[in-house]
Amino acid sequence: MTSASRVVATALLALAGAAGAEEIKPGSAFLSPQMQRQQEDEARNPGWLWVEQGEELFSRRDGVAPTCASCHADPKRSLRGAAARYPQVDAAGGKLINLEGRIEQCRVERQKQPAFGYESQELLGLTAYVASLSQGVPLSVSTEGAAKPYYEAGKSFYERRQGQLNLACTQCHDGLVGQKLRGDTISYGIGTGFPAYRLEWNGLGSLHRRLRACSLGVRATQFDYGSDEYLALELYLAVRARGLPVEAPGLRR
Amino acid sequence: MRPAAIRTALIWLALASAPAGALEVYTVVGDTIPAPLGGKIGDPERGRALVLDRTQGNCLICHQVPEPNEPFQGTIGPDLAGVGARLDTGQLRLRLVDASLLNPQTVMPPYFRNQGLQDVAPAFRDRPALTAQEIEDVVTYLASLRTP
Ligand code: HEC
Ligand code: HEC
Repeated sequence: MTSASRVVATALLALAGAAGAEEIKPGSAFLSPQMQRQQEDEARNPGWLWVEQGEELFSRRDGVAPTCASCHADPKRSLRGAAARYPQVDAAGGKLINLEGRIEQCRVERQKQPAFGYESQELLGLTAYVASLSQGVPLSVSTEGAAKPYYEAGKSFYERRQGQLNLACTQCHDGLVGQKLRGDTISYGIGTGFPAYRLEWNGLGSLHRRLRACSLGVRATQFDYGSDEYLALELYLAVRARGLPVEAPGLRR
Repeated sequence: MRPAAIRTALIWLALASAPAGALEVYTVVGDTIPAPLGGKIGDPERGRALVLDRTQGNCLICHQVPEPNEPFQGTIGPDLAGVGARLDTGQLRLRLVDASLLNPQTVMPPYFRNQGLQDVAPAFRDRPALTAQEIEDVVTYLASLRTP
């Protein structure tokens, strides 16, 4: 290669890299500067109250059952990065599960305790705690093998018009990013800040709760918490967010 | 209107005249629906209320209207100030009934359509977002917005 063409090639590579890196920004990039600072400040982001409760639950003994900490010693190191790899296909069951699903599975199968239930304060706390251990770790979910059909289903969900208002996720979260929908600024609609404390909820909520709100917004069917539909969608959103850091617990309007 | 759009309009006409959940039949001429739906007469005050009501038109999630007391108006669709001077009532009616007849990729929801929609929540199934009377109310209100 001549030196001139090498310069051009390098410039092209740099451009391609920049475009890729700039394409999708986290939800927090669309918050007001005040809310961005509040999200980053553990003392002022109420989501950390749930993280603290989750941390307590993590080593709380229920009867004779082993605690989470009995299996996951030194969680700050052993579980760092775990949240960034969800949702993933559970090797034993062959089904896609998210972080909430994995925690419930540990609770029921390994601790032999009744499930907490999706959106219970306990499960939200544990999920927020485990997710917080991955803060800053880039998302790196897999779409290979058994995950592939879920990825495909999530993608077509994301692209399909739905509801009485006949809108697809992509129309808002790709086509209208940065525009105002009432008081909200439309983001790329990825879930890296979840579970998040939403002022509108006055509490912490899961990604699936946020998805239910968008479904309702277009007057479409709201799928159940933990449904295959939202799990597949969650996987697709995580693929769109690949390389972006986990930000949970986020703070949202 | 392009031939494809006319064809789509005819398909909707055919569906609309089907017995289940039948809607008032309308005729598309160019980029307009010239005749009031079901011959109804619109009321601009009711139309204004429908436009502002979050459970009805909820138009302000996407549009701005000349209502200084309404905070947080959307920036997704065109500003509706002066829309009554830009478009005649037939054009307004078509855009409200089903803007996808003009632009298949449109973000503007179809407000008078109950077919060809997917995964509609049970509470909204089989009925259009606005009734024929409500469409006429909103059209009359929009037609009154003459100052840009
Ligand atoms: C009519 C516009 C619209 C549609 C359609 C829509 N959303 Fe949203 N969505 C919003 C708005 C507005 C918000 C709040 C502001 C923001 O964070 O983007 C939001 C928030 C989100 C968030 C939270 C982002 C964050 O960081 O807080 C996710 C995730 C999301 N949407 C995913 C989806 C998915 C998946 C679909 C389709 C099932 C969808 N949305 C459909 C408008 C929409
Ligand atoms: C989800 C977003 C959204 C909602 C909700 C919405 N619109 Fe729109 N509207 C648009 C967009 C986008 C356009 C531009 C259409 C196009 O170019 O295909 C538009 C176009 C229009 C136009 C044509 C304006 C012009 O200058 O050409 C009118 C009139 C209109 N809308 C009225 C309404 C009314 C009344 C309501 C509520 C009953 C409403 N819209 C709800 C997004 C929306």
